[in-house]
Amino acid sequence: MRWSPYAFVAPFFLFFAAFGLFPLLYTGWASLHRVELTAPTDMEWVGPRNFARLLEDEFFWNALKNTFTIGIISTVPQLLIALGIAHLLNYKLRGSMFFRVAALTPYATSVAAATLVFVLMFGRDYGMVNWALGLAGIDPVDWQNGEWTSQIAVSTIVIWRWTGYNALIYLAAMQAIPKDLYESAALDGASRRQQFVHVTVPSLRPTILFTCVVSTIGATQLFGEPLLFNGGAGATGGADHQFQTLGLYLYEQGWVNLHLGRASAIAWTMFLILLLIGAVNWLLVRRLRKST
Amino acid sequence: MLTTTHEPGTTGPATPTRRPRARAGRHLHGGRITHAVLLVFTLGSLFPLVWTAVAASRNSTRLAQTPPPFWFGGNLLKNLEIAWTDANMGTALLNTTVVAGSVAAGTVVFSTLAGFAFAKLRFRFKNVLMLLVIATMMVPPQLGVVPLYMLIAELSWTDRLQSVILPTLVSAFGVFFMRQYLSEALPTELIEAARVDGASSWRVVWHVVFPAARPAMAVLGMLTFVMAWNDFFWPIIALTQNGSPTVQVALTGLGRGYIPDQSVIMAGALLGTLPLLLAFVLFGRQIVGGIMQGAVKG
Repeated sequence: MRWSPYAFVAPFFLFFAAFGLFPLLYTGWASLHRVELTAPTDMEWVGPRNFARLLEDEFFWNALKNTFTIGIISTVPQLLIALGIAHLLNYKLRGSMFFRVAALTPYATSVAAATLVFVLMFGRDYGMVNWALGLAGIDPVDWQNGEWTSQIAVSTIVIWRWTGYNALIYLAAMQAIPKDLYESAALDGASRRQQFVHVTVPSLRPTILFTCVVSTIGATQLFGEPLLFNGGAGATGGADHQFQTLGLYLYEQGWVNLHLGRASAIAWTMFLILLLIGAVNWLLVRRLRKST
Repeated sequence: MLTTTHEPGTTGPATPTRRPRARAGRHLHGGRITHAVLLVFTLGSLFPLVWTAVAASRNSTRLAQTPPPFWFGGNLLKNLEIAWTDANMGTALLNTTVVAGSVAAGTVVFSTLAGFAFAKLRFRFKNVLMLLVIATMMVPPQLGVVPLYMLIAELSWTDRLQSVILPTLVSAFGVFFMRQYLSEALPTELIEAARVDGASSWRVVWHVVFPAARPAMAVLGMLTFVMAWNDFFWPIIALTQNGSPTVQVALTGLGRGYIPDQSVIMAGALLGTLPLLLAFVLFGRQIVGGIMQGAVKG
């Protein structure tokens, strides 16, 4: 029995070391080399040149900016709607299980299938969205080629797939809030809305932070939606790279332009950005703790 | 709503007025507005899926007209057949089932073993190791794709399913999930009793831990299966040639190479989504319960 605990946890750590930690560290090493996809074993030391080139590359900054804006316009509405829906699901309802399962079905749809459908619905000439806008007297929008419009369309796919999932996470946290908190608030004369703002939201603070972190990590790696929103034209993220994200740019550099070294530099930059987000988040949590 | 507070008072004063117990502690009932908003949200959630089926049952000419079709046409079987042959959907579905099944099975078994150790056994460095597991949750595996690709190229695993299965076989979330579940659901006395009877560690795992963990194993298995089925980034890198794609990789191929027929693409999307939707119809309640359970504990 003395050694068996280690045997039980060993598979996790072995697999993680081989397929998680080692690749991550080795990416750092590869980013300092010139490596081509055609001959991945021939590595030529170039020092920090890949990073220097990245900083001069307008497409890198463009991808960084797009990742950021698409991240904001997909995460913020998504979490706000999820919070509202969770609040409604928390009422006693007829058919509440139906609503919950229905909210989760987009989560069961793959990025590929969902994006292909949305591409069709966002079509410029015959798409359903423009048809509906036309009914409201609004001119057709070129969802694929406009800068903002394409980013909104890509974000819509993300919002559609993840809002229900986040709503269920909030709902679970809401159901764990002690009921006497609401009772005493009601005794103090708080309306339903006031109860939501002053009891529900503060109690959900850790969960909200958790979903923010998870969504941010997801947004940083956004890949499938922008790749397939481009109608099979490749990894450019639109004719003017208007919705190319960092994940897509990494793929383009590595597997379209065959520069694995440069792709590694992008991966490590993404890793540093995530660490930065983690640090900011940690500081935020600490300040929130102090203030309460 | 369904509970009547008063018995029909025909039998006189002997009938006590029955009140639902603990009314004060209950949640408020949702009103009409609540239902209306939720209905709109549900329509928004389901519409793209239903419309995938509608578009798959039409032809590309009809899809290039306004207004778009809102009801089913007669081309569904034809389009499914074309998608099936053109994108090699049969092979792709089989491959995806193998991949998602192996990943789910591996994740469930390894997570249960590690979760059991962290929940119930005492050993040196336990807390440090658990912290490490949690820390790995913050490291997205996608950031290591370049070396991972070099590794599978070196092993000549490109286009082989093991290149997709092995890197995702363990999950930190799974370990965490099982630890939380087992620390509550598995009485420590049960393990001690089995040990007093002389059972070896592996017998304890097989006869005590696995049976106790079964409900959580089912939930973790389903969640992992859905995630593995829908995985995109790594499979499209590892399975780029035409050898053995997963459904997601096959779907991207449908739009390329010739003038894409939108209704056939939709038929392919439908084929790739249908198995999971079916699982949702059958096990939706359990999947929802699992996500909510994992959320509270996480």
